[in-house]
Amino acid sequence: MAMEGLRPIAEIQFADFIYPSFNQIVGEAAKIRYRSNGEYTCPLVIRTPYGGGVRGALSHSVSIEALFYHVPGLKIVAPSFPDDVKGLLNAAIDDPDPVLFLEHKKTYRLIKGEVPDGHYTIPLGKANVRKAGTQLTVVSYGLYLHWALEAAQRLQEENVSVEVIDLRSIRPMDKTAILTSVQKTRKLLIVHEDNKFGGIGAEISAMVAEEALFSLDSPIRRLCGPDVPSMGYALPLEEEFMSSPAEMADAMRAMVKF
Amino acid sequence: MATTDLRTGSLERHGLSDEQLRDMFRNMLLQRQLDNRGFQLNRQGKVPFALGSEGHEALQAGAAMAFNRGRDILAPYYRDLGLCLGIGLSPFEILLSIFARAEDHNGGRQFPNHYSSKAAGLMSFSSILAAHLPHAVGAAFAIAYRGETGRAVLATCGDGTTSEGEWHESMNFAAVHKLPFVMLVENNEWAISTPLAKQMAQPEIWKRAAGYGMPGRRFNGFDPIETYAAVKEAMDRARAGEGPTLVEGTCYRYLAHSTDDNDLTYRTREVVQERRKDDPVPAFEAVLLEHGIVTPEGVAAMRKDVLRETNEATDAAEALPYPEPTDLYKHVYEGAWEPWQS
Ligand SMILES: Cc1ncc(C[n+]2csc(CCOP(=O)(O)OP(=O)(O)O)c2C)c(N)n1
Ligand SMILES: [Mg+2]
Repeated sequence: MAMEGLRPIAEIQFADFIYPSFNQIVGEAAKIRYRSNGEYTCPLVIRTPYGGGVRGALSHSVSIEALFYHVPGLKIVAPSFPDDVKGLLNAAIDDPDPVLFLEHKKTYRLIKGEVPDGHYTIPLGKANVRKAGTQLTVVSYGLYLHWALEAAQRLQEENVSVEVIDLRSIRPMDKTAILTSVQKTRKLLIVHEDNKFGGIGAEISAMVAEEALFSLDSPIRRLCGPDVPSMGYALPLEEEFMSSPAEMADAMRAMVKF
Repeated sequence: MATTDLRTGSLERHGLSDEQLRDMFRNMLLQRQLDNRGFQLNRQGKVPFALGSEGHEALQAGAAMAFNRGRDILAPYYRDLGLCLGIGLSPFEILLSIFARAEDHNGGRQFPNHYSSKAAGLMSFSSILAAHLPHAVGAAFAIAYRGETGRAVLATCGDGTTSEGEWHESMNFAAVHKLPFVMLVENNEWAISTPLAKQMAQPEIWKRAAGYGMPGRRFNGFDPIETYAAVKEAMDRARAGEGPTLVEGTCYRYLAHSTDDNDLTYRTREVVQERRKDDPVPAFEAVLLEHGIVTPEGVAAMRKDVLRETNEATDAAEALPYPEPTDLYKHVYEGAWEPWQS
């Protein structure tokens, strides 16, 4: 459809079930423009609910972004607020290339917000400073972004000033927003639910180390999901996997003190 | 029921003894009781999720009777409570899965209904539709490769799952290699909210068998004896090294897909009520009563016993602990493991 000029929006419910279509997304959609030397394109949007904390067990809880962010030819967005969802979805549909549109399933019912009327777009690849601060930069997305904001708010009451960046786009990623913030705060904490090893945080850390190492006055830290295949169904196995605003606040405090 | 000859009133029992017929019926009663228990526990707020197989009782009780314990392998899917009971899982094991207790075969990791038991020959499976079928034909390949006879793999799935690529790949591979494999499709006419007509243009799944070069047949999945006969014939063929068969059992999904689904958004209560008239549980009870295989008192006692067993299993499983938080890190690989090594 997309190769013949339609703008299909596929929905894969849930992200855990995306694996059978991995070949079509990674092997095909992401390479159609490239292999045809630009003659054919694939302006496809794939919406998919991801993430855990909903007692979804192994096959209804995973984060899939790291499996796809390595792939040139794909774009990935992961909005976390209702107004961003609308603007970024419109932009994803307008976009001339395949976009993987990640929606954290726990935020569906948890997060409420105003959505402006009428048509508008938010450009892919632009992060958003959701909370300004001076002592630490926290980069996050998805459910954990909301928890990071909650933690930063708590720290505000302790007179600790944390800046929280909502990444919104994972590929492309907003280098300027991250570097501008890190150069101001000199400290960087990356928070995501997906596993740490080879995750989105690894790319952000590497980029900041390459571009702004001498602006930092503490090591970069990542607070991420543990290196296990998925969270389990039993409550203790889910709670152990998931972080919390309290744990995030502790990590933030420790970094600010460093 | 096709099982009784309407002219003579005789029962075509396909070699099943009175005891086996009663076992099948008891399995059907137990399925209903355990299904009901899962939904009760969910409504009581004790478990976050439940999924039932009402409408599949006869099909699963009949198919399980064609499974040789200790020899055959079962590769089921999540709607196979009755099959798993029928091959030897206990109500206690089912409740361990519902409550996600540490003692559960999966250590409380998997969703309920995702049973697994190496001892019973029940292969572990995920929620990913059709992903278990390549495993099933792989197991059948192993049987053939080792030159074993008298063993076969029974794999099941729903009608919707036949649209997956892995379903086709598995069927083709099994046929090419003439594997001891039986594909049993439980056609309940729905895949969550997708009706059969949106799933396939040609609604008789068994007919696809010809395209793969294997025999196919369809049977009435509301009739446990007819189911037994069809599955047994296919399993015997597979065990004798004569290759795979596709068998399709027609049934119906009486409940919503799961406790997370509201089926009134895509079908009416009246439609379901109409189909309830064919409910296989009372229908089989009537056949057994008519032929004197059970008595009304016997059925009452059986129901009581099934409830007692379910209650005991519920209490026993509920009293057990969850896994420990640190269990999250076990069994990622063999032994302790960290991605960074020093
Ligand atoms: C690959 C994949 N895609 C989608 C899903 C979501 N899903 C879970 S059950 C189901 C319906 C399956 O229907 P069917 O095969 O007919 O089995 P039934 O539930 O009716 O017994 C779907 C679509 C999934 N689990 N895996
Ligand atoms: Mg179905």
